[in-house]
Amino acid sequence: MTRQMTGAKMVVQALRDQGVDTVFGYPGGAVLPIYDEIFQQNDIRHILVRHEQAAVHAAEGYARSTGKVGVALVTSGPGATNAVTGLTDALLDSIPIVVISGQVPTFMIGSDAFQEADTVGITRPCTKHNWLAKETDALSETLHQAFHVARSGRPGPVLIDIPKDTQFASGTYVAPNTARVDHYQPQLKGDITEITELVELMEKAKRPVFYTGGGVINSGVAASQLLRELVDATGFPITSTLMGLGAYPASGKSWLGMLGMHGLYEANMAMHDCDLMINVGARFDDRITGLISAFSPKSKKAHIDIDPSSINKVIRVDIPIVGDVAHVLEDLLKVWKARGRKTNQEGLQKWWGQINEWRAKDCLSFKQEGKVIKPQYALKRFEELSRGMDRYVTTEVGQHQMWAAQYLNFEDPHRWMTSGGLGTMGYGFPASVGVQVAHPEALVVNVAGEASWLMNMQEMGTAMQFGLPVKQFILNNERLGMVRQWQELLHGERYSHSWSESLPDFVKLAEAFGAKGIICSDPDDLDDAIMEMINYDGPVIFDCLVEKHENCFPMIPSGKPHNEMLLGEASTQGAIESGGAVLV
Amino acid sequence: MAALKIKKGSTSHSAYNLRPNFSDVLERHTLAVRVDNEPGVLARVIGLFSGRGYNIESLTVAEVDHTGHQSRITIVTTGTPQVIEQIKAQLGRIVPVHEVHDLTVEGPAVERELGLFKVAGTGDKRVEAMRLADIFRANVVDTTLESFVFEITGAPEKIDAFADLMRPLGLQEVARTGVAALSRGAE
Repeated sequence: MTRQMTGAKMVVQALRDQGVDTVFGYPGGAVLPIYDEIFQQNDIRHILVRHEQAAVHAAEGYARSTGKVGVALVTSGPGATNAVTGLTDALLDSIPIVVISGQVPTFMIGSDAFQEADTVGITRPCTKHNWLAKETDALSETLHQAFHVARSGRPGPVLIDIPKDTQFASGTYVAPNTARVDHYQPQLKGDITEITELVELMEKAKRPVFYTGGGVINSGVAASQLLRELVDATGFPITSTLMGLGAYPASGKSWLGMLGMHGLYEANMAMHDCDLMINVGARFDDRITGLISAFSPKSKKAHIDIDPSSINKVIRVDIPIVGDVAHVLEDLLKVWKARGRKTNQEGLQKWWGQINEWRAKDCLSFKQEGKVIKPQYALKRFEELSRGMDRYVTTEVGQHQMWAAQYLNFEDPHRWMTSGGLGTMGYGFPASVGVQVAHPEALVVNVAGEASWLMNMQEMGTAMQFGLPVKQFILNNERLGMVRQWQELLHGERYSHSWSESLPDFVKLAEAFGAKGIICSDPDDLDDAIMEMINYDGPVIFDCLVEKHENCFPMIPSGKPHNEMLLGEASTQGAIESGGAVLV
Repeated sequence: MAALKIKKGSTSHSAYNLRPNFSDVLERHTLAVRVDNEPGVLARVIGLFSGRGYNIESLTVAEVDHTGHQSRITIVTTGTPQVIEQIKAQLGRIVPVHEVHDLTVEGPAVERELGLFKVAGTGDKRVEAMRLADIFRANVVDTTLESFVFEITGAPEKIDAFADLMRPLGLQEVARTGVAALSRGAE
């Protein structure tokens, strides 16, 4: 099907043909023709954000909670540069989004025109791929390619920069099925020899562990199902990165909890002492490995990843398997079953005995006493009170994010949206907006710190305008808690600029936007206040005043291996040496 | 692609060989990368090297297939085997990159570079420069009464050696193209 139409119309038509129902954006001079087309149709809903960074994070939230591609639309110059943080965030967390930016007309490019920026140049290192669409005739194909690249292989952000004259001019529109998607066709099936070799190791392993990551979520719901089947059939313990929570249910019997710098003791110890590590869609991030030279010294390591560049990047592995998680797990299960479903029962039994000893440390225990709410307690109560609800959680970045990962339970994929790789403060609120747009009836809660939350608080306007009942659960310690924690451990308790001065009255702030504000400082009132937040039909800012000096434990100090975790305050003296201090 | 005599699909046997023997010794590798000749493709490749802290010893690029709009980028780089593998994998995931070949490990290859040398001098030095140029099979492509411009082709080491010899003889300026390389044999 080919038709003549303007470039602006092509944008809307391509979005429609790609199955897009929602666009997050902000208009400006260089995208006026596209906005004019949006005005004249009803298939695609436009959510007007209050800042372009928020548009991209909202698109990320939408993408992560649905498994579909998220779309953002921004203008040239400042519109595009404001989108850069969101693009980088999506790149590091492998989130499929398409950002469309306006550009000054082609004949003005390079003249330092009003609101001109070299958007393609600026975003080249923070996108999977980007395009400058100079020809209207090629525009529709570029748009379809952009969706293909964003969602194929290891997903990621792409950007199409469209000069204003390209939007005005007419050209030929081609439908998605006739557009060339070029040679970009990442390998999905894993090498069966490698898979068989992994099965052989699995049959003999005495101390195996599954180490899973965001790749399982990105591979789709089928991957999570296959993972559950494999884990439950083998009885191997499983841990996950921050990005992979929900792929295996937190209530599952083999679940060890999250691993990594603030992961659970039993998970990190299992990683350190295992004899077979099966990495499924994770990337040996530095938050996971700790000291590389002492990382899991006794294990054979297998790594399943769709991106060949992830393999052997940080940790040298014995069995590399390039492929899509769902495809590889399917083959892995087939081979394992065909060979008689063997595992080393005796070894496994001992291994679980050891793991249960580690579990007995109860590394997440804390004491809620007195009249001050512990942040852990706030999350634990929220978990209890919202259990079983149709619940989606986003977070900002910092201590609250780690506590949320530790104390909240995720039973399904696509329910947990957090900025893992880039660690973007200000991510959670706009992401919650994107999630709520995709799931209007669900409970969407952004677990936040007050400092992160202020970074994109303008989105209250968006939430109100579109009637999005997002709950902003702010654990307010009047500190940049994680920065404060590091200053305590590393910088002689000199708390340089790590407290929140001149905070707003969050209740009044909510009311100023027409939303509901709740403040709670007494542990005895907490349950009622949380229920009030959950039950309120509209956006809520919940100012939960918590203990100001609580540190986040367990913790692997920088430059230390997994088995030298700190479990609490008593163990922190001199824990980080000068070598570890340079790490972040 | 026939014009390049690169075996189709050979990437999966070479660039993505994921079980290399790692050592900490620095190696010099010559990579041939076939890319779509689209705007910004060179910036993507160079940005990858600068952004991730890899070395570029030399880089050449030209469109080699005018109908298919494909270019061949030849990169000479140094790194530990792990870094070299990482460079190849990172190149391979750039969207307009079609194939990555490591000519250093894929069998014997020819490497050639072209250099232009301006040498100014009179008397004995001028005669000596001319004589050495003969030995190196360099051509004179420009001459005045007190200068030559030599054109020399060869492996980079040969051009280095020629530069060393010309320096005391009045070497004024050097222009080098960087390495172009092809694997030997019919394939």
